[in-house]
Amino acid sequence: MAEFDYDVLVIGSGPGGYVAAIRAAQLGLKTACVESRETLGGTCLNVGCIPSKAMLHASEIYHEAHSGALEKFGIKLTGAKLDLKQMHAEKSKAVDELTGGIAFLFKKNKVEWLKGRGAFESANSVKVGDKTVTAKNIIIATGSSVTPLPGVDIDNSKHVVVDSTGALELPKVPNHMVVIGGGVIGLELGSVWLRLGAKVTVVEYLDQILPGMDGDIRKDSARIFKKQGFDIKTGTKVTGVSVKGKKATLTVEPAKGGDAETIEADAVLVAIGRRPNIDGLALDKAGLATNDRGQIEVGHDFQTAVKGVYAIGDVTPGPMLAHKAEDEGIAAAEFVAGQQGIVNHDLIPGVVYTHPEIASIGKTEEEVKETGVAYKVGKFPFAGNSRAKTNRDTDGYVKVIADAETDKVLGAHIISSLAGTLIAQVTQAMEFGTTSEDIAYTCHAHPTHSEAVKEAAMAVQGKPIHM
Amino acid sequence: MATDVKVPVLGESITEATLGEWLKQPGDTVAADEPIASLETDKVALEVPAPEAGILSEHLVAVGDTVEVGAIIAKIEAGSGAAASAAKTTPAPAAAKAAPVADASSVTLSPAVRRLVLEHGVDPSKIKGTGKDGRLTKDDVEQYVKNGAPAPLVEKGTAKGAEIQTPVAVTAAGGRNEERVRMTRLRQTVAKRLKEAQDTAALLTTFNDVDMTAVMETRSKYKELFAKKHGVKLGFMGFFAKAACLALKDVPSVNAQIDGDEIVYHDYVDISVAVSAPNGLVVPVIRNAEAMSFADVENTIGDFGKRAKDGTLTMADMKGGTFTISNGGVFGSLMSTPIINPPQSAVLGLHRIEKRPVVMPDGSIAARPMMYLALSYDHRLIDGREAVTFLVRIKEAIEDPTRLLIDL
Repeated sequence: MAEFDYDVLVIGSGPGGYVAAIRAAQLGLKTACVESRETLGGTCLNVGCIPSKAMLHASEIYHEAHSGALEKFGIKLTGAKLDLKQMHAEKSKAVDELTGGIAFLFKKNKVEWLKGRGAFESANSVKVGDKTVTAKNIIIATGSSVTPLPGVDIDNSKHVVVDSTGALELPKVPNHMVVIGGGVIGLELGSVWLRLGAKVTVVEYLDQILPGMDGDIRKDSARIFKKQGFDIKTGTKVTGVSVKGKKATLTVEPAKGGDAETIEADAVLVAIGRRPNIDGLALDKAGLATNDRGQIEVGHDFQTAVKGVYAIGDVTPGPMLAHKAEDEGIAAAEFVAGQQGIVNHDLIPGVVYTHPEIASIGKTEEEVKETGVAYKVGKFPFAGNSRAKTNRDTDGYVKVIADAETDKVLGAHIISSLAGTLIAQVTQAMEFGTTSEDIAYTCHAHPTHSEAVKEAAMAVQGKPIHM
Repeated sequence: MATDVKVPVLGESITEATLGEWLKQPGDTVAADEPIASLETDKVALEVPAPEAGILSEHLVAVGDTVEVGAIIAKIEAGSGAAASAAKTTPAPAAAKAAPVADASSVTLSPAVRRLVLEHGVDPSKIKGTGKDGRLTKDDVEQYVKNGAPAPLVEKGTAKGAEIQTPVAVTAAGGRNEERVRMTRLRQTVAKRLKEAQDTAALLTTFNDVDMTAVMETRSKYKELFAKKHGVKLGFMGFFAKAACLALKDVPSVNAQIDGDEIVYHDYVDISVAVSAPNGLVVPVIRNAEAMSFADVENTIGDFGKRAKDGTLTMADMKGGTFTISNGGVFGSLMSTPIINPPQSAVLGLHRIEKRPVVMPDGSIAARPMMYLALSYDHRLIDGREAVTFLVRIKEAIEDPTRLLIDL
């Protein structure tokens, strides 16, 4: 129809937005994507998932080489040295390649990139820069950004009090880094600098790290992190941060109240969460409002209260995860095209990319308990897995929770160097309504870490072999 | 000694029914012939009577289950001193019987199957699964849809139909509930038949209006006498039924139907009258209306109305019919285009009567009680001229009921 410039206009080119745009174009819709950054890919590719994984991988290799951990395998290295500048450069190269890849995919699929910030003028028109474009359907995929902590000023350029973006760019390894927030981002970036030689203190307000994850996992991963050298202060709140030159002084006190104390640090990472990006979008001009958590509510087809305006990913309720946004992007584009989109919000895996990794799917034991159904738990430690033992990599276990009556798997939680990869098989099985017996009677290759998943499933019935 | 309660013979070509409701619970005392369950078939709801007196000891099927003719649906324990047996009849057997059905629907559908089920709006519990443990495969759903699945349960959530929004699990919004109710068998059949009619016939509607003055005068003049003599109110349907018989005789194609390459003409008039029942519209038939008196017609219709409410109309009451009269006027309809009841070829729609300004033959304007008439017909069989002539005949007879007497 000539009455609109585009069939679909996607605001934001993160993993939700770019995927939605490509799928919409594949479905024959005239599509444009608004992005103000110089590169596509949003937080995830530019300053989130991807560069953090680059730093996690590089720092892990450095740590293995430097710490003498390889000596037991007969590999003696002397003089392994850190070239942080090169490490950052390699990371940037990976980011450039991936963001460039999206630009290529846009060209290939004929998605037009409109450079600039988008602001609604009506439910069908958006101002991008100084130009107004119209679209029959608009998908909001603006993502999220760091939640600020009152009384703490983040300044990434000074490299002292930083957010996740700043923590990826520190020019030198701090002597002491304090991470405010014991969640996924804090533990991952804390791991990077710990491996590169910093002393790392994690300050968490709640009485355990990794809020929202399974209780056993929270407890046992904290033990592993402490063994690695993390100083973890749970049940502690930060009441203020003052910066003098290159040093920061944090004032902390017990969350329940008590005597305050101070902590000196060379770097402070604020990682207490993220909030939806809606500033400057002028949602009101589209006739939209946010809920009291600043999120845009959507229906089953990701359409907002305003017809033709959709929202996906971090701006909507649910976990702020790239893969959730991607799947929603595909579904939203399919709904726009008049097809049936599908996202199973009960089965969105969550992974912490530390070493070992921590991965989770379905319900936690606490959530299952709350539903009141009778359940069984099967656990199998990697200390009983031949491959993990051979690799001298036995931290962690697989925990499978199944309905005691129907044996349907309700959740699985894994601590393992390969947890993020292992969780995929359980997720897929759960999409098909697996029972623990289904997993137990599925042949798993030997010797692999995946056998631990099978053994944990067997343990639900009380019959693991190698324990 | 327990007696089996079986599904009775439901009528020609009906082999199964859905259990609509249990009227008696385990432990209830029942008299012989007392209804204990109601069944729904494609055409009618009917009751299953107790074969003998006793105590209903157990239900063997659950509400919503499909039962075949002759299937045992319950057991009755003879004698009145059966308190002991009543006590031991826990609802457990019924629950156990119902379990497989519940299980089948609680089995998780794989993502691709789920998408397909949503896309076509089909009920997965109605599809036979060929996968592991009887699970549905994508192919099962595709085959089911290809072989003519029943009408979608819900409108598709397309961009166009997006006014119907279900809050997603992740949105904690309140106050926008929707309720899903299984379509009754009757409703499913109605849906299927109406759509069939539209797909098959070349449907067309012609309109006319009729001055009801004469009929209304006759009614008010004789209503007490008529009621006294015949025990039934003199309504409008008698007039229209008789007028239709007259017009059908003049224009036989309206009373005919297509059967393959042939046209079947009838020398009798069986008028289906649409009667609204609690579960939907039912259409019982006034047989040999051409030979009936006004009183016979009114009596028959009154009886149908009552039995439709009670749900005691039988299959035999519904079968056949050569022409249909549908009175939407009782609900206040001004004008409508009814859909024919296949294999019939025409349906007469009656509407509300209201005073409208009419230019009289002498040029003056008078307020007259007017009604619009609609005749929907299958143009494959009935020509426009015939349809219009038919409707004009009815108009003439209603405006001057004397014509009914002298066959004009």
